[in-house]
Amino acid sequence: MIYKVITKKEFKKFVNGLINSNETFGPRQVNTAKDGKPIYQFKEVHSFDEMELDYTLSYSSLKNFFLPFREVLSRYNFTDDNWEQEIEYRVNPRVIVGVRACDINALCKLDDIFVNGSFPSPYYIARRNNTFLIGMDHLPMDDCFCMSMGELVVRQGFNLFCTDLGDRYYLSINSSKAFNFLRNVKTTDPTDKDDRQWLERRNLIKRSFNTTVDTSSLPNLLDIEFDSPIWEKWGDKCLNCGTCAMVCPTCYCYGIEESIDVSLKSSRRERFQHSCTVVDFAEVAGGHNFRPSKEARLKYRYYHHYHGFAENADEQICVGCNRCGRNCLAGINPKDVIDDLLMEKTDEV
Amino acid sequence: MKYLGIDPQKIKIGVFNFTCCEGCALALANKEETLVDFLDLLDVVTFREISSDRGEDYDIALVEGSISRDDEIERIKKIRAQAKVLVALGTCACYGGVNNLKNQFKIEEVVEIAYGKDKVETSKVRPLSDVVKVDLEIPGCPVSKAEVEKIVVDIVNQSEINFPEYPVCVECRRNMNTCVFDLGMICLGPITQAGCDAVCPNGGVGCLGCRGPAEDANYESFREILEENGFTMQEALERINFYNALPGMVIDES
Ligand code: SF4
Ligand code: SF4
Ligand code: SF4
Ligand code: SF4
Ligand code: SF4
Repeated sequence: MIYKVITKKEFKKFVNGLINSNETFGPRQVNTAKDGKPIYQFKEVHSFDEMELDYTLSYSSLKNFFLPFREVLSRYNFTDDNWEQEIEYRVNPRVIVGVRACDINALCKLDDIFVNGSFPSPYYIARRNNTFLIGMDHLPMDDCFCMSMGELVVRQGFNLFCTDLGDRYYLSINSSKAFNFLRNVKTTDPTDKDDRQWLERRNLIKRSFNTTVDTSSLPNLLDIEFDSPIWEKWGDKCLNCGTCAMVCPTCYCYGIEESIDVSLKSSRRERFQHSCTVVDFAEVAGGHNFRPSKEARLKYRYYHHYHGFAENADEQICVGCNRCGRNCLAGINPKDVIDDLLMEKTDEV
Repeated sequence: MKYLGIDPQKIKIGVFNFTCCEGCALALANKEETLVDFLDLLDVVTFREISSDRGEDYDIALVEGSISRDDEIERIKKIRAQAKVLVALGTCACYGGVNNLKNQFKIEEVVEIAYGKDKVETSKVRPLSDVVKVDLEIPGCPVSKAEVEKIVVDIVNQSEINFPEYPVCVECRRNMNTCVFDLGMICLGPITQAGCDAVCPNGGVGCLGCRGPAEDANYESFREILEENGFTMQEALERINFYNALPGMVIDES
């Protein structure tokens, strides 16, 4: 990693340069919640000033840029006695500015599955390779718990990461592309003062967390608690609405749907984001459902996130953004569920 | 029209209207970009919104509207006797729909207000399934043409017909909408069957439940959520009664 310092004025010039020559996305306010708080999403931007870089966190994650909620994987064209398949995963180069640490780390988890896993996805890889990511640190919200998950610091998976030093950014440069782009603007080598301020900023962020989740006993605790009544307690509240998985940056499950066009001359195979919390997720041909209860479905999501399986066996895939908890109408959130599991065992001792 | 070298059978349909706004029948004539292909799959025997032909030899009856008069009972029974398959098209046909609002009042009052001195014969509104056997229900106010297309293609190709079992929220979140609860409004999406692509929340308004209940809908939890968000059961019932398509939510309450 190479480190540089850039003034905010120069940074704006840098980003505007990127915006001029690439499709660029950044945080923008899309709504105001009933409590007066702004709601942000990553949206296309045409100039630096359209972005709100001091945003909190985007309402939904960035996942859709890499795993669209619905996408056509292939098309088929029929002739009388033959058919042809068409596959396309071309992606125009694009830039995303202002990505939070948890979202970068979430992409690294998805990389483990869709790039480094046993069944790499050319669709995902094309999107990932053609996306230039500029990360940006921020002070956590009250319910953020990425520090507990060890996901506060970014190590890889981005091009450039900015630490806010007031009138300038301390840049962590993580790709030759970023290094080359930066040649067009003025940057300086960090001075001793910059380094100290950088550390101060890091410490301030660490001190600002108000939510801690004790993950030290996971995943073992989950093994032990498989039959805990806690699952019923929370499962009874669950609407099986899939919201948690849709907004989550690491939930990657999908379904495949094949449909014949009305013309009967062509068809398509589509992938759509699905979720283990949704009622028909584990339903198989013949109608049998492997997870017929609300409790079983909710529990499954927690096992995947805090226990891990398949490609990420024993690795927790939650990055602690708390989007699932914040958006769950039923108030189901990782902090309370995990606390409950811990408490249950503590009480019994 | 061949599919992989095979000539599929066109399906002989009749479209019929009962108490409703005819919006579902009109929805069938929407989506111009694929309308020609759609009609190509069908042998339209009777469909008054698009053709003046009136035949009797239909196999599949697509019936929109609810039952609100005695002569309608006679008519639907005749259609049932003729059709091999009877499809309830839209929320009125499946659940009674908007017409159900009438059931909240005394019939005489309703007639008086709507027609003044011209007395008309009318009774309580009922879904088709109260009167005849219904083979397939396609809910929606109006039905989604895309969904109807899919079902017609499935029938032509003899594939299984599937509806989403999950609630509207899944589609709503896939569309990255702001949840209308966050904006201070009620939405019935969490207990309503998806399949409409969450059109109402897409437009920033709460779902009214026109597609009926989602599979294994959690009414109890939803009731608590309404309360926590500061809504009274009365406010929720006003929305539910609009289509009357979520009986589970109402019965549980009493
Ligand atoms: S945990 Fe919450 S957000 Fe997730 S499916 Fe259940 S009710 Fe929906
Ligand atoms: S938690 Fe559930 S929806 Fe999310 S990735 Fe795992 S299995 Fe899929
Ligand atoms: S499980 Fe929840 S807290 Fe963890 S990454 Fe997903 S949305 Fe964020
Ligand atoms: S707006 Fe309605 S459908 Fe959408 S997520 Fe919220 S409750 Fe569900
Ligand atoms: S969002 Fe609800 S009311 Fe609107 S079309 Fe869909 S099911 Fe019907």
